[in-house]
Amino acid sequence: MGGLQKKKFERGSATNYITRNKARKKLQLSLPDFRRLCILKGIYPHEPKHKKKVNKGSTAPRTFYLLKDIRFLLHEPIVGKFRDYKVFVRKLRKAYGKSEWTSVERLRENKPTYKLDHIIKERYPTFIDALRDIDDALCMCFLFSTFARTGKCHVQTIQLCRRLTVEWMNYIITSRALRKVFLSIKGIYYQVEVMGQLITWLVPYQFAHDHPTDVDYRVMATFTELYTTLLGFVNFRLYHSLNLVYPPKLDGKAEAELKEEDEEGYAMNSESYSEKLSALGGSLARVVSAGEEEEAEVDQFPVEGEDMEKMEAREKEQKELEAQKRLFEGLKVFLNREVPRESLAFILRCFGAEVSWDKSVCIGSTFDVTDETITHQIVDRPNAEKQYINRYYIQPQWVYDCVNAKILLPVQDYFLGVTLPPHLSPFVEEKEGDYIPPEKLKIMALKRGEKSAQEEEEEEEEEEEGEGEEEEEDEDEDAEEDEDEEEEDVAEEMNLKKMEKQRSQGKSLSVKVTPGKVKAENPARLEQEEKAEEKRLAIMMMKKKEKYLYDKIMFGKKRKIREANKLAAKRKAHDDAEKVAKKKKAKKQ
Amino acid sequence: GGGGGGGGRGEEGGEEDLSDSEDSVFSGLEDSGSDSEEEEEEEGGGGGGGREEFCEVLCAVQDIRNTVGNVPMEWYRDFPHLGYDLDGRKIYKPIRSQDELDHFLDKMENPDYWRTVHDKQTGSDITLSEEQVALVRRLQSGRFGDVDFNEYQPTVEYFSRDVMLHPVTNRPADKRSFIPSLIEKEKVSKLVHAIKMGWIKPRRVEDDSRGRYYDLWASEDSSILARHKMHLPAPKIPLPGHQESYNPPPEFLFNEEERALWEQQDAADRKLPFVPRKFSSLRSVPAFPRFVHERFERCLDLYLCPRQRKMRVNVDPEDLIPKLPKPRDLQPFPTTQSLVYRGHSGLIRSISVSPTGQWLASGSDDGSVRFWEVCSSRCLKTVQVGGAVRSVTWNPNTAVCLLAVALDSRVLLLSPSLADRQVVSASELLLSDKEGAEPVQGAESLVTWSEAEGEELNEGIRLKIQHPKAVHQVAWHAKGDYLASVMPDHSSHLQVLIHQVSRRRSQNPFRRNKGLVQRVSFHPLRPYFFVATQRSVRIYNLLKQEMTKKLQANAKWISSMAVHPGGDHVICGSYDCRLSWFDLDLSTKPYRMLRHHKKAVRGVAYHRFYPLFASASDDGSVIVCHGTVYNDLLQNPLIVPVKVLRGHAVSQDLGVLDVTFHPSQPWVFSSGADATIRLYT
Repeated sequence: MGGLQKKKFERGSATNYITRNKARKKLQLSLPDFRRLCILKGIYPHEPKHKKKVNKGSTAPRTFYLLKDIRFLLHEPIVGKFRDYKVFVRKLRKAYGKSEWTSVERLRENKPTYKLDHIIKERYPTFIDALRDIDDALCMCFLFSTFARTGKCHVQTIQLCRRLTVEWMNYIITSRALRKVFLSIKGIYYQVEVMGQLITWLVPYQFAHDHPTDVDYRVMATFTELYTTLLGFVNFRLYHSLNLVYPPKLDGKAEAELKEEDEEGYAMNSESYSEKLSALGGSLARVVSAGEEEEAEVDQFPVEGEDMEKMEAREKEQKELEAQKRLFEGLKVFLNREVPRESLAFILRCFGAEVSWDKSVCIGSTFDVTDETITHQIVDRPNAEKQYINRYYIQPQWVYDCVNAKILLPVQDYFLGVTLPPHLSPFVEEKEGDYIPPEKLKIMALKRGEKSAQEEEEEEEEEEEGEGEEEEEDEDEDAEEDEDEEEEDVAEEMNLKKMEKQRSQGKSLSVKVTPGKVKAENPARLEQEEKAEEKRLAIMMMKKKEKYLYDKIMFGKKRKIREANKLAAKRKAHDDAEKVAKKKKAKKQ
Repeated sequence: GGGGGGGGRGEEGGEEDLSDSEDSVFSGLEDSGSDSEEEEEEEGGGGGGGREEFCEVLCAVQDIRNTVGNVPMEWYRDFPHLGYDLDGRKIYKPIRSQDELDHFLDKMENPDYWRTVHDKQTGSDITLSEEQVALVRRLQSGRFGDVDFNEYQPTVEYFSRDVMLHPVTNRPADKRSFIPSLIEKEKVSKLVHAIKMGWIKPRRVEDDSRGRYYDLWASEDSSILARHKMHLPAPKIPLPGHQESYNPPPEFLFNEEERALWEQQDAADRKLPFVPRKFSSLRSVPAFPRFVHERFERCLDLYLCPRQRKMRVNVDPEDLIPKLPKPRDLQPFPTTQSLVYRGHSGLIRSISVSPTGQWLASGSDDGSVRFWEVCSSRCLKTVQVGGAVRSVTWNPNTAVCLLAVALDSRVLLLSPSLADRQVVSASELLLSDKEGAEPVQGAESLVTWSEAEGEELNEGIRLKIQHPKAVHQVAWHAKGDYLASVMPDHSSHLQVLIHQVSRRRSQNPFRRNKGLVQRVSFHPLRPYFFVATQRSVRIYNLLKQEMTKKLQANAKWISSMAVHPGGDHVICGSYDCRLSWFDLDLSTKPYRMLRHHKKAVRGVAYHRFYPLFASASDDGSVIVCHGTVYNDLLQNPLIVPVKVLRGHAVSQDLGVLDVTFHPSQPWVFSSGADATIRLYT
């Protein structure tokens, strides 16, 4: 029995983790510095598998970092910069205290700065890695670019954010990468596909923020510092991938157009160029002025069987995508002053429309309201005072719905003063058994090229009101069918149980003799019964662990069905109520 | 306003208290709130004439100037005087006998009331002259006090940008302007020293590389840092659903109930972090108040939230269900209820089928033992034994026809004469044979064997074995000569007795018993004896007189036990809903625990030939399982539940109390608390 006694918590997972305080002490950093370092280097706590083991037997709540991560931080040159900064602050304070203004000035000039390039490269070794993580960066930059230039953060940061987001949007327009948009109550979601990566970001509506007091802006500022660096490098790379000039320059033609109109002078000369860029009006200058973009044709490879189908599906998808990219081509759209100009200009330009707006709204308008060739005018007010006969006056939701539906939707639902159809989220992908709102079904039918059954019926109904009620519900029932089936299963099982009980409980032996009835045995039914029982018996034999899992899955499934049913019922009640109201109105007339 | 006024009237200077009085005039005017339209006209006219008057008033006032200084006058509230004049005499407060009415009358009648002010310092009322009123007006409207002052007179520029011929001063330059400054030298040398020592760094060249972007990923090396292996990318923010739309379909909006629930819930429990809202047009959508919050929370999550890799189970629930052989392939087994035996009035605790399979005996709490014909469900015979019957068991020997009945502290041996004469006589012979035999000494003190007489004899009761305690169970040996009885008792070592019927001998096989004995059973082939206590089953070798095995049932309280006809497997039912199958060759732990029942398992039984076993439970069901035992030791038994038989009604939380198989057919009998026996075929 030789050997040393093994001590607890000196090997294994206990040595792989380190608590936050210990890590801080090891790095000799203050908490804010440590926080900053973690944010910049992307170090986050890990949840150990066996918390008690790692916590040396204690169950106190602690956050753990990987020891390797902390060791990795030890060699970070930026830590030295942090210390320099601390020294700088101390010296500055001292100089202030002694009123040595020259030394204050001298110190100010030598304020230590740092760069984050190497950190970006280290965190995102490949460009695709960076793209994958750019969602948060975009959200943050778009938020910061809407901040007022007072107080909360440096003006330079805000300006930088604005510049980078404009660059990003210009890139998206040029590459026509926008896929989905969504007007939510929080803001506007955009989804783009860049180099095969789906990137989603959220832009708040253009309002002043009332800055909450319980938000630590220092944390946000640190993140923004990192994100602006990241976004800048990503933009650079993206621009170069399209042979565009970076920093972006307007196309010679577009520039010339803008020049002449720029008489009033919207801003100072130094700013006017960036303003023009941010108007999203003109196309960008290219390094090599290629006349036509040549699309790389996908080579055809001989494939067989299953792959063939996949290939075809892919081709079809590709075609659809191409069609979507040209969605608004040929349209000439004028934006009224009350609609969100930037968002609409961005979307419309992404799909090839020509856009303009009132001269007084923003720099860079290309044509006037009076232009006769305008096809659509986007208006968000109850009525327009002067209407041109040869253009559609539509509400802004039309643009967003068209993008999501990937087709040009009929405009009559979006005319002025018309109650808008619901705006659906394009991010929801319904699986089997999920609830699908009827509006979505309608759009899907429209895409398939049919005039939706519901619509026809509605038309019919207008003629002969009062009859076609049941028919109309057909559509809804289609959607519910899947759910009903599941429900039926449950109900059937209940029935079976009851029947069995009755059969076995042959208690009611009445003395009376009644003429026997020939029971028509349904073989299919019997078989079903047998199957159900078999399953029940098999479930009895499940192991405890599996049973638990099975029960959980089944519970989740049932809950999903229940929720879908609830939504369907709510919808039905709403529709019924509306129908009744409509009828009443008709009667009154 | 007082300062400006003073400046404008240089000639009247020296009156410090003038400003004070003006102040009070100012406030007095405001209070009176009189209209000033008429007065403005007078202003111009009365300007010249009012000056002498003003002087006179001042002279009159001058004498009683107060010398207390700038102190609050309420300090003098409780004194008869107001302060002191220039000569140090007290200034007494003027006797004021004016009440509200006087005030009012004064206000109504006195035409100068509006320009009368009360001087707090002297306590006297002063009526302002026209001049003074005009002055006040001017000051109020922000003009100079002096009427004659022209504020727009042209300025004289003393210093202009033109270079003059003559200097402003003609003083020669100082000497010090020609001598190098010592102080400067000192300063410079200090700086030089500091630079030499490296304390001061030269001005840094502005580094413009910051904020300049370049192709960072120009040389992408695929060497992934070791750190990246452990890297867990943060999950993306979930994409919004329909309910987040500014104009969602109506079914996604909250109704009142849901809204109330949402408001009640804790922020962490809410399914949605916001209330869905509908806006009729895009222009009416307001800013989202929690936007910055949400962004900030995301930031916090990114750097503060501990991350862990969670493997999401993505299984088809159908795959989890074990693949069992189909019950149809495992036939025969009982599937339907075919007969119900009615007649008992109390709950039937025990049933037993005769080894021939023709008769069924049942013992009930109503104090009777009934004999039924299995095929016709006819009650052939009822024997009143006078007490709740705990257990009935047929003698397994086909050569005799005997039934052991346990009630209270007695064990009765019945010869129901339900067989051909030869068998009946054989059993009679077995019971009556040893009449003269000497009872063995040791057991004599424990039990008494006595013969039934009279009425009881006619009913078929032959022998009575009186025990010291209540007997719960009787069990026959396979040969039919030995009979074991169980008297559960914690304190005693006398819980199990083995009786030899042919010699009328009883013995206590155990010196001491651990735990409360629940059930006993003989091994069907070999000389082993199974004793089930609350938690475990002990197996004793009767020949060697030693314990060979102890089976841990993993249950709280064993209720029943059955031994496989092969003798290598045991099943135990327990009150905590479990049924454990032991493979004696495999382990002392259960080979399989079955939790099929919802309530306590009351009885278990094996079939003699078919690979079937059944369990009866308080939930009113009997579950028949297929349990194939293989001769090959390497192959584990196959257990498949094949049928759930229902029929017994649950009364007083008791369902099915006993279950037993037909000896030759795949039939199962069950007796329940609803006083019926049911046969499932």
